[in-house]
Amino acid sequence: MRSHLRHAVLAGLLAVFSATPAAAALRVVTTTEDLASLAREVGGEKVEVVALAKGYQDPHFVEPKPSFILAVSRADLLIAVGRELEIGWLPTLISSARNAKIQPGAPGYLDASLNVKILEIPTVQLTRAMGDVHPQGNPHYWLDPGNGRRIAQGIRDRLTQLSPADRAFFAQHYDDFDKRLAAAEQRWDAAMAPFKGTKVVTYHRSWPNFMERFGLNVMGYVEPKPGIPPSPSHTLELIADMKAQGAKLIVVEPYFDKKTPNAVAAQVGGTVLELAPSVGGEKEAADYIRLFDFDVNLLVSTLKKVTGK
Amino acid sequence: MLFLRPGTLVVGVAILFLNSTPGYAQQGGPSPVPGAPAVQQVLDQIAQLRSELDAVRRQYDERLSALEQRLQQLTGAPALAAARSAPSAPPSGAAVPPADPLATAAQSADQTGQPLPPNSGRVFNPDTSVIGNLQGAAGKNPLSGQPTMQLSEAEVAFQAVVDPYAKADFFLAAGPEGLEVEEGFVTFTALPHNLLVKAGKMRAQFGKVNTLHTHSMPTVDRPLVIENLLGGEEGLSDSGVSVSHLIDNKLLFLEATGEVYAGTSTVFQSSSRSHLNYVGRLRGYRDLSEDKNLDFGVSYAFGPTSPPGSIAEQGTLNKSLVGVDVTYRYRPLRRAIYSRLNLRSELIWSRQDLPFDTRVSAFGFYGLGEWQFAQRWYAGARFDRSGRVLDGTQKDNGASLFLTFWPSEFSQVRTQFRRTNFAEGVSANELLFQLSFSIGAHGAHLF
Repeated sequence: MRSHLRHAVLAGLLAVFSATPAAAALRVVTTTEDLASLAREVGGEKVEVVALAKGYQDPHFVEPKPSFILAVSRADLLIAVGRELEIGWLPTLISSARNAKIQPGAPGYLDASLNVKILEIPTVQLTRAMGDVHPQGNPHYWLDPGNGRRIAQGIRDRLTQLSPADRAFFAQHYDDFDKRLAAAEQRWDAAMAPFKGTKVVTYHRSWPNFMERFGLNVMGYVEPKPGIPPSPSHTLELIADMKAQGAKLIVVEPYFDKKTPNAVAAQVGGTVLELAPSVGGEKEAADYIRLFDFDVNLLVSTLKKVTGK
Repeated sequence: MLFLRPGTLVVGVAILFLNSTPGYAQQGGPSPVPGAPAVQQVLDQIAQLRSELDAVRRQYDERLSALEQRLQQLTGAPALAAARSAPSAPPSGAAVPPADPLATAAQSADQTGQPLPPNSGRVFNPDTSVIGNLQGAAGKNPLSGQPTMQLSEAEVAFQAVVDPYAKADFFLAAGPEGLEVEEGFVTFTALPHNLLVKAGKMRAQFGKVNTLHTHSMPTVDRPLVIENLLGGEEGLSDSGVSVSHLIDNKLLFLEATGEVYAGTSTVFQSSSRSHLNYVGRLRGYRDLSEDKNLDFGVSYAFGPTSPPGSIAEQGTLNKSLVGVDVTYRYRPLRRAIYSRLNLRSELIWSRQDLPFDTRVSAFGFYGLGEWQFAQRWYAGARFDRSGRVLDGTQKDNGASLFLTFWPSEFSQVRTQFRRTNFAEGVSANELLFQLSFSIGAHGAHLF
């Protein structure tokens, strides 16, 4: 009996130690939790994924902490949102990482924005008088499930390039994700259908892809210009505009102050709604599909109250 | 950015039909459902747009063929003109399916085989930015020659990737003393064994403040200990090579840096090629939680020096510096753009040979706290104490309060009240001002 136990313990230990070579899994570092979730969907147990920024953090203003340098230095693949979202913090991490594999241009660096649908690509001459504008278009593109699918395709192709032996594995995981996403999209579209064309206000320009996908009409912003905090004159204009156009809903990201949105809502008899802009932005938004589940459910229940539909 | 009103949207949608450029497609938002009169209006607008488009195309083709003729005259290349003649004949707008000038251009380019994207000189231009730093001072200070107002520095930065193995950074500073290379170095980013090598002129990795450019400082001035023992604003900055190694471990971020400099800085002066300035630093960092962290380091510098009054026959006189720095940061992630706290202290010991076998040592330190209390506002305080490098018993003391307002990420206005008690028994109360503004490429956020 005792020797059996010993054998079992030995076997267990052996299993533990021989299981560690799952460290042969590709080490993927993503800048955001959205990309991390998509990488997990496609990579399954063949990848170990670490996200740098938290979902409840403003992705423009992440600090390039040395602990992030460590993570990036160990990565086989670095996936970035791109479109200059991370311009203030990712370049420093990359150049301090001492990792040739993930330098831009190398196969271990993936800009997830290259095959997705980008909105608000400027067609006029930009100046910083317009606020913190993104010359390469709006970087909050992951908030359209269609783009989530495209990002996942990009990740699938890059993982396959890095680990060709697992081609079938990644393809099958992608297909599985694709099916679940398609089913979920039908659910979300049906839930949002009654509210097509409803006018809403958002704090920052984080939501154009989301709103376009679900047919809501963004008629204004709490920020006078991207990255510039609310000003009294702009707030007054916004209140007047909302009253004139009958807009009642203000969508706010979790990392912004709710003082001004609350004041505006009180003036127009509207509601402030905090949605999750990213996976992990709220506890329930634990992966890419549940992010939309969370946001759509919350939006639908609030819109029902606001519009009376 | 572009913010389309419904009217513009309709036009946008019309353009979308006429012309399948993806660039346009990306702007079409959810379109309002138009009624019958609106449909007529749209059709009218389409017709109008179509005729405008044809006019533009004709104009474009005419200009193109004129240009080609010029080119032909200049180069005498008939083949090019022959290849061009076909597409330059304007297709009749009614007969062909909607086409756009861009497509035509692409077609012509294909046919001549000469698409001309910008040349490499333009594509590979470095990221460029310019930072202006205007400083002012009010109040009496008998030991400072700082004028009432001065554009103390205009810093031009050029940064780009050199090749698959390296990137380069240049910071040229133009000030009242002229133009100088503040830093100019290459960083080899693709080395094995967790190594990072820099070579060129750079600020040495000695403590924290020494690595900061003036516009990145949390205060208008530099702490007394830096002024007295570490070369002030110029700092320990020299031509040399820096090698740093990331010591991979599970516990913390640990980085060891070794540097060799020529000994031509304000802190070390070498009179011989064999006497160099060596700098070593060990830096540790650990996240205490997702919003708190501790950053600490030990630095050492050793090298030749020539204090005033020394002459070459006396042999080499050396100086050594030891520094300890600790930084504690708190930044709640959910409120990261509104609130943060940084506490920092640096301690520096200096030991210097003097002629006739004498030796002086000095010690100084500062403690600084900076607190962000609103999206664009920072307040802070600093306490200073330092001996003089040539006489450690002569101690200067200082205390400062400062307030910074950031209108945007690209400019800052700062005021600082500073009281200094100099070793001579003189005191100075001053009000310092600073306005920094940057244009061009987006720089990295500081950490």
